[in-house]
Order: sequence, then structure tokens, then C-alpha cells
Amino acid sequence: MNFLPVSLEHFLVVSAILFSMGLLAVITRRNTILVLMGVELILNSANINFIAFSRYGQGSLDGHVAALFVIILAAAEAAVALAIVLHIYKTYNTVNADEVNRLKE
Amino acid sequence: MDYYSLLFYFFAVLAVGSTVVVVFSRNIIYAAFALMFTFLGVAALYILLLADFVAIVQVMVYVGGILVLLVFGVMLTKNITNVDFGGKSMNGFPASLIVGVIMGTLILLVTRTLWFRSDVPLVPENTTKTIGELMLTSYVFPFEVAAVLLLVAVMGSAMIARRS
Repeated sequence: MNFLPVSLEHFLVVSAILFSMGLLAVITRRNTILVLMGVELILNSANINFIAFSRYGQGSLDGHVAALFVIILAAAEAAVALAIVLHIYKTYNTVNADEVNRLKE
Repeated sequence: MDYYSLLFYFFAVLAVGSTVVVVFSRNIIYAAFALMFTFLGVAALYILLLADFVAIVQVMVYVGGILVLLVFGVMLTKNITNVDFGGKSMNGFPASLIVGVIMGTLILLVTRTLWFRSDVPLVPENTTKTIGELMLTSYVFPFEVAAVLLLVAVMGSAMIARRS
């Protein structure tokens, strides 16, 4: 097997695979927490792109700062989303996304 | 094949393989642990891209924070009487088809595009100082907004999750 020398495209391909798998988790999973894991995968793939373009770009570190902001947003999103999931569990006694179909009691 | 390529392929296979476990595992706890290996593999890819500070933040925030939060969520919402442990999926075939088309398109686009690239030599340097300077000069407004956002997220999640 002949491996190419590692370059920008390799990281972008890894990021594309991670994005697709995260999308698949978001679409197919019923458990809300697994959907959240898919969202985290998508954010990670975006971060790989930021860092890779920053590395192979013109030498500025703006991509790193963007990746840090993405990590901050991911942390805030996970906290709020899990609070909502806990509330849903207390109300409906399930966390499956397709069984949560009422807006009020 | 040099050490850099060897390390890249090892960590790329680690990240992608554990991602597949996250998506297709029947057990949600296995998915959470596989997600940890995905995060660690991605952090290693950051190090290979000379982003040491972002890699450390990735390990601290994702593995130390978000993943623990997700596992807590699993434990707090686990329904003992429910045999189905969250492993079931819906619409598996059409979703896989659509996602496969999207993945093929993305990979084709990425590999066919003639990217701009500079021949930056592979010289590791400490990025923390530069990132800190950028955060407090060019990006000081998003930095402050992020601080307020984190405060709002903490207060909001505490209010939503409290026992009413």
C-alpha cells in the first residue's frame, strides 16, 4: 500500500468523514444524548478544518482563535442541551426524540 | 514513510474508527467511551498541525468537561425498566444513503480542489502567547461576548434543570 505524504487534503478528508458520521448520528439516533454526541462530532470536524487551514495558510493564528470560540460554544451548548434533556426526562419519562411530541401537558 | 505520516495515520484511524463506534454502537455507554477516543484522536491531530494550545484545550474541555457531562446525562436519564438502552436507530437505510452521498461529494471536492498553500516548514513553536495577544487585541469583542455567553449558559442551564 502506497501512502501519500501527509498534506492538507488528508486532514480535510478526516474532517469530512467525521462530519458525515456526526450527521448520520444526528439523523438516525433516537436517544437525544446520542444526537448531542453527533453535534459534538460535527463541531470537532469544523475545528479540524480551522486548524488545518491555519497550519497550511499564511502563518497567522486566526484559525486557532476561531477553533477556541467553537470549543467555548460547544461547552455552553452541551450544558444547556443536557439541562433541557433532563427536564424532558422528568416530564416525559423518556429521552427518545420521536416520543417527545407535546408542547404542553 | 516517516514518523509524521505514521502518527497521522494512526490517530486518524483512531478518530474515525471510534467515531464509527459512536454512530453504530447499540450501547450508549460504549458510544460515550468511543467518543472519548475520538476527542483524543482529534487532539493528537491538532498537535500534528502544530496547534498545541488548542489541543490542550480540546482535552481539558471536551474530555474533561463535555464528555463527563454527557455521561452524567446518560446516568440521570437511564430508564431501568426500559430494555431498549437508547441503541435503536431510525430510518437507517435512507439516512445512510444520503449521508454517503454527502460524504462522497465532500471528499471529492476536498481532493479535487487546488488549495492555496504556503510551504510552511514543520517547526513547532509555542502558540499560546500569540493566541493570547490575538484574544485581547483583534478578538477582544468576541472574547467578552463569549464570557457573557458562558455566564448566561450557566444560569440558564441551572434554571432549566432545577426541580420545579
